Amino acid sequence: MTAQREESTQVLLRELYRQMLLIRRVEEQAAKAYAQGKIGGFLHLGIGQEPVCVGAISALKPTDYVVGTYREHGHYIAKGGSAKEVMAELYGKATGASKGFGGSMHLFAAERRMMGGYGIVGGHVPLAAGIAFAAKYRGKDDVTLCFFGDGSVPQGAFHEGISIAGLWKLPIVFICENNQYSMGTPLYRTLAVADVTERASGYAVARDRFSGEDVLAVRQHIAAAVERARQTGQPTLVEVITYRFRGHSMSDPGNYRTKDEIEEWKKRDGVALARERLKTEFAVSEDDLVSLEAHIRAEVQEAVRFADESPFPDAEEVWRYVYADPSSDPRKF
Amino acid sequence: MPVMNIIQAVNDALKLEMRRDARVVVLGEDVGKFGGVFRATSGLFEEFGKDRVMDTPLAEAGIIGAAIGMALYGLRPVPEIQFADFIYPAYDQIVNELAKFRYRSGGQYPAPVVIRTPYGGGIRGGHYHSQSPEAYFVHTPGLKVVVPSNPYDAKGLLLSAIRGEDPVIFLEPKRVYRAARGEVPEGDYTVPLGEAKIVRSGSQLTVLTYGAMTHTCLEAAKQSEAAGFDPEIVELRTLLPLDAETVLQSVRKTGRVVIAHEAPKTCGYGAELAALIAERALLSLEAPINRVAGFDTPFPYTLENEYLPSPDRVAAAIKQTATF
Ligand SMILES: Cc1ncc(C[n+]2csc(CCOP(=O)(O)OP(=O)(O)O)c2C)c(N)n1
Ligand SMILES: [Mg+2]
Repeated sequence: MTAQREESTQVLLRELYRQMLLIRRVEEQAAKAYAQGKIGGFLHLGIGQEPVCVGAISALKPTDYVVGTYREHGHYIAKGGSAKEVMAELYGKATGASKGFGGSMHLFAAERRMMGGYGIVGGHVPLAAGIAFAAKYRGKDDVTLCFFGDGSVPQGAFHEGISIAGLWKLPIVFICENNQYSMGTPLYRTLAVADVTERASGYAVARDRFSGEDVLAVRQHIAAAVERARQTGQPTLVEVITYRFRGHSMSDPGNYRTKDEIEEWKKRDGVALARERLKTEFAVSEDDLVSLEAHIRAEVQEAVRFADESPFPDAEEVWRYVYADPSSDPRKF
Repeated sequence: MPVMNIIQAVNDALKLEMRRDARVVVLGEDVGKFGGVFRATSGLFEEFGKDRVMDTPLAEAGIIGAAIGMALYGLRPVPEIQFADFIYPAYDQIVNELAKFRYRSGGQYPAPVVIRTPYGGGIRGGHYHSQSPEAYFVHTPGLKVVVPSNPYDAKGLLLSAIRGEDPVIFLEPKRVYRAARGEVPEGDYTVPLGEAKIVRSGSQLTVLTYGAMTHTCLEAAKQSEAAGFDPEIVELRTLLPLDAETVLQSVRKTGRVVIAHEAPKTCGYGAELAALIAERALLSLEAPINRVAGFDTPFPYTLENEYLPSPDRVAAAIKQTATF
């Protein structure tokens, strides 16, 4: 590696580490707020899976599109979103990413082409293909990244979406975040063929499968798929092997996994690995990292304060986004 | 008599019927080893094994489609859809295949599938853990639609549903899954489908409701009583087939009607009830029919307490209708 390349890789890895750690701290804080009753409903944390969204999204241009799942806090932040917007949305506040209308599972940012989280497993795959079609139709070279879990793979909509993308040669990368469980059910009990990318050949899309703890490796793999999509219009089905350290959602005690299994995976924690590499391979000092981490802590504290102090949406707002046209306001009928 | 909550009552009914009838099988996402996300199928996998309690892939159309095939071959499948919000991927299977099977085979093939699914809001679940989809199914001839509100009825209605010859959408009120507790007989008994129940008798007006809203209406009735009103509350329990006689009798007695449900108002089940009353009891009415419903909006995250009919909103409607 030339000195210059090494310098830029260091800067890159430091930035990706910053994003991953920010995501982790935001989610840890969200777990606390949930326990205090400040966040309602369902909260799915991606702790352990950060290298996947951070590495993948870092391979995009800002004009590319991201379609996430309901486990998408990290994707939202990696696509340029702030901790404040996430936290306020989780709190259901008017200042949140989706103005308090979506909650944890529905983080949208139109200006950054963050096309949201989706609560219906697999339902978002065909619409991601549609976004990719629209980019192609308009003669843009925008690429769409569509994330989903291993649980989407048996779902009909997944197959319909990827089938269309393969047939029409759409600029899209399908990324399966295979954390080996869909809710409490392990993968081997729901898929007859465990290698998700085996499905690619049936739909004329390229495939790639790798382990997801090294954020730079994730970036490299996804960058190749993104370039293929951009240059040739061939979609890729990517499977990243990963693991969530926490339960499916906050209400899941997670006793379908053994402590040993979880501990084993924690040894491959991509956030800790990135930190280690920064020190050993790129000579970043402990002081530098400590000060980075202090910044992140302050940012998360600020996000909590912001969420706490922000107002809830006004009650009248409940009617606001149903139709574009005020003459269709349901209250008129 | 043991005291149970609704989840325990459902679990009890499933165990009882699976012991009694080897044709009964259970399938769905996380229903086996995990015991269901609400624990409704807890212990079944251990007792009945993997051939009768099946963890399926995450594929609602597949779950319901497979259940239909099992039923055609004489089994009694009881699939679970984890939340009613996730029933839509299976909508085609339910509406186009399941509901019409008996009819389009000229009566040769009944398809007695009982689809259990938790429905409704009030748990801060946002868009996709809160919806009340009953109207889509009551609009589909061939289906029966059942909505219990308490453990006793949940067990008795579920047993009737499984023993019947027709497909049933069995909507379980998840907001009161654990909160609604009551005595449930050990062993076998049934509550017949198609019978409403007067859960509070009164003279002044009729409140028609079902499912979790029954509890909201009972709370509203306490407020109303304190304010000098005397509502009768009719809990429908089965939406299809509807116990029209009990509804109409009450309306003819009181001459005033409030209808309460969580689902959006437009073309909600209340619209059907209002039409029925207009057709068959119009001349008994002394006030306009008053519907209290969820708003005609998607189910909101933050503003769910605005959206959902509260005891206050129902009590206000009772007052308005009683004093019209
Ligand atoms: C259509 C549909 N069915 C069921 C659910 C309930 N549900 C939410 S997440 C989930 C498991 C999904 O697992 P996976 O796709 O592997 O994603 P992960 O949670 O592991 O990130 C289930 C069954 C849902 N949200 N949508
Ligand atoms: Mg998974």
